[in-house]
Amino acid sequence: MDEMKDVVLKYVINEYLEDEDEVLTYDTPLISGGIVDSFSMVSLKRFLENKYKISIPDDKATPEAFDSVTKIVKLVNEFLK
Amino acid sequence: MAYSDKVRSIYNGTLDEIREKGIFKQERYIHSSQAADIEVEFPTGSSLKKVINMCANNYLGLSSHPDVIKAAHEGLDTRGYGMSSVRFICGTQDIHKELERKVTEFLGTEDTILFPSCMDANAGVFEAILTKDDVMISDRLVHASIIDGIRLAPAMHDTFKHSDMAHLEEKLQLHADKRLKVVITDGVFSMDGDTAKLDEMSALCEKYDAMLFVDESHSSGFIGKTGRGTHEKYGVMGKIDIITTTFGKALGGASGGCVSGRKELVEMCRQKARPYLFSNTIAPVVVSGVNTVLDILSKSTERRDKLEKNTEFWRKGLTEAGFVLKDGDTPIVPVMLFNAKLSQDFSKALYEEGIYAIGFFFPVVPQGQARIRTQISAGHEIHHLEKALEAFIKVGKKFDILGKTKQEIIAKYGQ
Repeated sequence: MDEMKDVVLKYVINEYLEDEDEVLTYDTPLISGGIVDSFSMVSLKRFLENKYKISIPDDKATPEAFDSVTKIVKLVNEFLK
Repeated sequence: MAYSDKVRSIYNGTLDEIREKGIFKQERYIHSSQAADIEVEFPTGSSLKKVINMCANNYLGLSSHPDVIKAAHEGLDTRGYGMSSVRFICGTQDIHKELERKVTEFLGTEDTILFPSCMDANAGVFEAILTKDDVMISDRLVHASIIDGIRLAPAMHDTFKHSDMAHLEEKLQLHADKRLKVVITDGVFSMDGDTAKLDEMSALCEKYDAMLFVDESHSSGFIGKTGRGTHEKYGVMGKIDIITTTFGKALGGASGGCVSGRKELVEMCRQKARPYLFSNTIAPVVVSGVNTVLDILSKSTERRDKLEKNTEFWRKGLTEAGFVLKDGDTPIVPVMLFNAKLSQDFSKALYEEGIYAIGFFFPVVPQGQARIRTQISAGHEIHHLEKALEAFIKVGKKFDILGKTKQEIIAKYGQ
């Protein structure tokens, strides 16, 4: 679980942060905080699906469910067998 | 009437918010033809002022070229004013097909379809050629019209960091299972003036079986040794699957655009692209003008060569004066000021000195990246550029930014 948190955090930092000084924690609001826009959620969803060999239905991949690393990890775990 | 006081107050409130944010756009009225020397009424109602235009997309100085004007007159006289029809009903003349052939030859592609504007070309092309099984992977700094086209298409959309080839490759791997992949970029990026690395992008697209789309609006006519565009500069002519470009900038500057590329993709646009199907195409008078523009450019590289020399002079002058510029070698030369208010004050002071150049700030450019975007033209003579340089130096001294680094300017004016 902790390992997954770090993998997702690292991906989000690498993918979306432009400013190297910006700090991102497991609970930083990603969508509502303006770090990830709804367009960019697509690549995050695909990354998670490929990495963890899962399929997240579109109706579950909501902005709320993707709004922090902690929430994303919770969502991924719902689909992990 | 449903336009009640309540409705009016909602819009007035929104417009007030735009004013308060300092991003309310105002037009300046030009009372002359588009050229290096123009006469401007600004603010509205004031007397006319003669200024040097440093912010037009008139890269080749063809907007008011006598041969182009003559050709436009001939088009008007022989083919009339309007078509009163979309292309596929009764809105296609021989000169429209002639222009499509000339553009195909000029860009080195397989076929071309005209659109009312490049905005329309970008808005229509992706929806016409892609389905929900496909993916579009775009540079994060592509033009707003491409973003609109992407939004209208049913395919998945992803982005890569600006000009970051490693990131693009990661994305091509991530979406390897998609039916069709198209990588999307501007040839020359309009705000920064840098060019897309089309040689590397083309190689990546070949490796991962992706199509390559390039918007050449700020390139066609002058980038590359014979002005064919960014694909000529990077030695990949014939390898770009879709090119969109405009006739509203270097190529005469009137209006109109096109999609040029693989013949099947062009045919798909002819069958399915909504701005082509549901709007008149370019008016005959403009088509005649652009046909002549392409004749001029195919005969001689004189104008793009002059533009290259002018650009070198301008970049060198500003650099030696101590301005911070964005790196690049295109006629788009951004003078970095970082602070939004400074960019507006600087532009105003330049105008007082007889130089017309506009300050850009967030949201047009990223936060803290405010600038004066200067654009060089083959219509400029060295005396224009010398006068403009003199004014830039005078205003630069006034604001005490010459020889200062980015950090020093930010420390003085804020970000």
